[in-house]
Amino acid sequence: MNQNNVLYVDLERKSFYVKNRSDLFNEWLGGVGVALQLYKEEAVKGSAPLSSGNVIVFAVGPLTALYPLASKVVAVFKSPLTGNYGESHAGGRSATAIRSAGYGAILIKGVSDRPIYLVISEKGVQFKDAATLWGMRSTFTAGRVLREASPGTGVRTIMRIGRAGEKLVRYACVVSETYRHFGRMGLGAVFGSKKLKALVIHGKSSMRMPKIKAYRDVYDEIYDLAVKSGSMKKYHELGTPMNILPINALGALPTRNLLEARFEGAENISGEDLAAKKLGRRVACSHCPVACIHLATIREPYPDEPYFYKTTFVSYDYELLYSLGSMLGISDINGLLKLMDEVEIGGLDAISTGVALAWATEAYKKGLIKLNDLVVDLDWGKADAYREAVKLIVDQPNEFYKALAMGVDHSSKIYGGRDFALSFGGNEMPGYHTGPASHIGYLIGSRHSHLDAAGYSIDQKMKGLSPEEMVDKLIEEEQWRQILSSLVICYFARGIYEPSIVKKALDVLGYEFDEERLKELGRCIYREKQALKASEGFRPSELRIPERIFEVPSFRGLIDKNYMKAALDHYSKIFNKIVATE
Amino acid sequence: MKRLVIMDAERCVGCQLCMFACSRRLGFAGLDKSALHVKSVGGFERGFTVVVCRACIDPPCLRACPVDALRARDGGGVILDLSKCIGCRFCERACDIGAVFWDDSMNKPVICVHCGYCVGYCNFRVLGVEGMISR
Repeated sequence: MNQNNVLYVDLERKSFYVKNRSDLFNEWLGGVGVALQLYKEEAVKGSAPLSSGNVIVFAVGPLTALYPLASKVVAVFKSPLTGNYGESHAGGRSATAIRSAGYGAILIKGVSDRPIYLVISEKGVQFKDAATLWGMRSTFTAGRVLREASPGTGVRTIMRIGRAGEKLVRYACVVSETYRHFGRMGLGAVFGSKKLKALVIHGKSSMRMPKIKAYRDVYDEIYDLAVKSGSMKKYHELGTPMNILPINALGALPTRNLLEARFEGAENISGEDLAAKKLGRRVACSHCPVACIHLATIREPYPDEPYFYKTTFVSYDYELLYSLGSMLGISDINGLLKLMDEVEIGGLDAISTGVALAWATEAYKKGLIKLNDLVVDLDWGKADAYREAVKLIVDQPNEFYKALAMGVDHSSKIYGGRDFALSFGGNEMPGYHTGPASHIGYLIGSRHSHLDAAGYSIDQKMKGLSPEEMVDKLIEEEQWRQILSSLVICYFARGIYEPSIVKKALDVLGYEFDEERLKELGRCIYREKQALKASEGFRPSELRIPERIFEVPSFRGLIDKNYMKAALDHYSKIFNKIVATE
Repeated sequence: MKRLVIMDAERCVGCQLCMFACSRRLGFAGLDKSALHVKSVGGFERGFTVVVCRACIDPPCLRACPVDALRARDGGGVILDLSKCIGCRFCERACDIGAVFWDDSMNKPVICVHCGYCVGYCNFRVLGVEGMISR
């Protein structure tokens, strides 16, 4: 269970080696801190995201497999969607499996000459032929085949891409354990470009804990906070979809490509309705007592055979209900769940897919796209048409879908409709039109995601901040999140893993980090990310703000352009200062 | 004597906190000292199989041990004497439900002692402890 071991895999030469990198883990803890450094060491600077020069780094942290809710893996790569720094997190069993296989990080470089998948264990790497798996329509089927073919049942992760990844859709995801995803920023396409269909990682090693009583005490404190304190209640009960109704009530739920921010069908796609009518099972990531993964069931009769039914399980979360639901005007829950299922089958990021389809619908209605290009007659609320369109994004039968598979920023450059192409820094918009903080957060966050700094939370909780204060708040939050991402903690548990708890958890392991040192490390990782982004060509001055966000009142009212400009100016100064010193 | 029992495997969410607890009880973090196992039935959507020792009154594992490293536990199940165990894995093979686990680093079996420590970490009441006076 040596966290300091890094597994280096070369897909071109089909070779690997393991190297102790305690130098990196001592300085940067693990997770994103270490992954960033490994990326910098091994990626060929300036190389295209889908070229052999790009590398993929997976990393876990010092708390992985040791404490509850340290249940995520960080992936760092160059994003084919934004063309710059890419980072994505996923759970499932990936974190426990990597650590238990004896690695703190896995670095994958090069391009294979043919489709392969890797089986990784303490013994190293097996390079397996994936010719049969390549081109399979469904990620479910690929997962099933790999489950049967691979060792380590119960103590493994099976990360795989769908056809979207194979076909290099720039927002293809990597699916782990069927229902968890490295969703954002197109890791699936990077896998596809490397002809890497899947990773099976298994292991069950353990380590003797030196201070066992102290370890058990801290463990119990965290466990009790997770199951008794109420801090995880919303994830535990209705899951993230419990946010649909409150966000809608605030007037912050992007609807029909953000032509509106309230959805008349919100009730139908709410966590409450789903739980009452569709919830079939709840499951958990390894080492998480919360079990936030909610699976809905769709029961469908076969039209050609009486008394013959198919029951499908679909994982649902707030972001999917927004992007494939309200954003497309879909309130028919069965239609929505089937659309989600199609996105899962193809292996796409649900947020980007929904936003891309929402833009396409509006562009079509405005006459920018012809039905001939669109193939299916898209219209708000028509789930069946959107399901066909998802297949077309994967297949890319014409120039239009080739463009749409590159994301809305790219598509709108070709077809127009820039004003309502809802991407920030090249990444499609998450589901919060709460106010300026959410949008500034998407713009300045390292991965242009709501996850960078949760601006939606600032919009809801804080009033009267100046643009400068708001940017400072967002950056401060993002900096602390670098520590959570280095440990690697699920962000849902950020309320539990306060600096004092993190310090206690690390103390037991012999780390000497006081709270200030932790925060300084967070600031340092943040600066490293900004500098890396600058070296790959990112310039705050080139950030595009879609006009649409100014046209529709948010929870905080109409967003003021001057406020946004002042915020970006302030961020630019901070960014430029970092770049000048790093 | 008490006995670890599965109350309802359908409630299992697959978090594996029981497995981590079992190793932790012995002073370890991780999974390979765990005397119980949780795996998906075949995809997470189909639920989980939870494998725990049934505390057999006439344990096949005990009968399979060629060196008397296993002795009958009062109330069912077995107690392992590590000093006698030669790591032949006969006990592992003898258990029809696969509840004799293997510690690869020690090359010895891991067998549940029915202490119930794991139950305290099952947030979904999958596991329970049954008091056993006689069977």
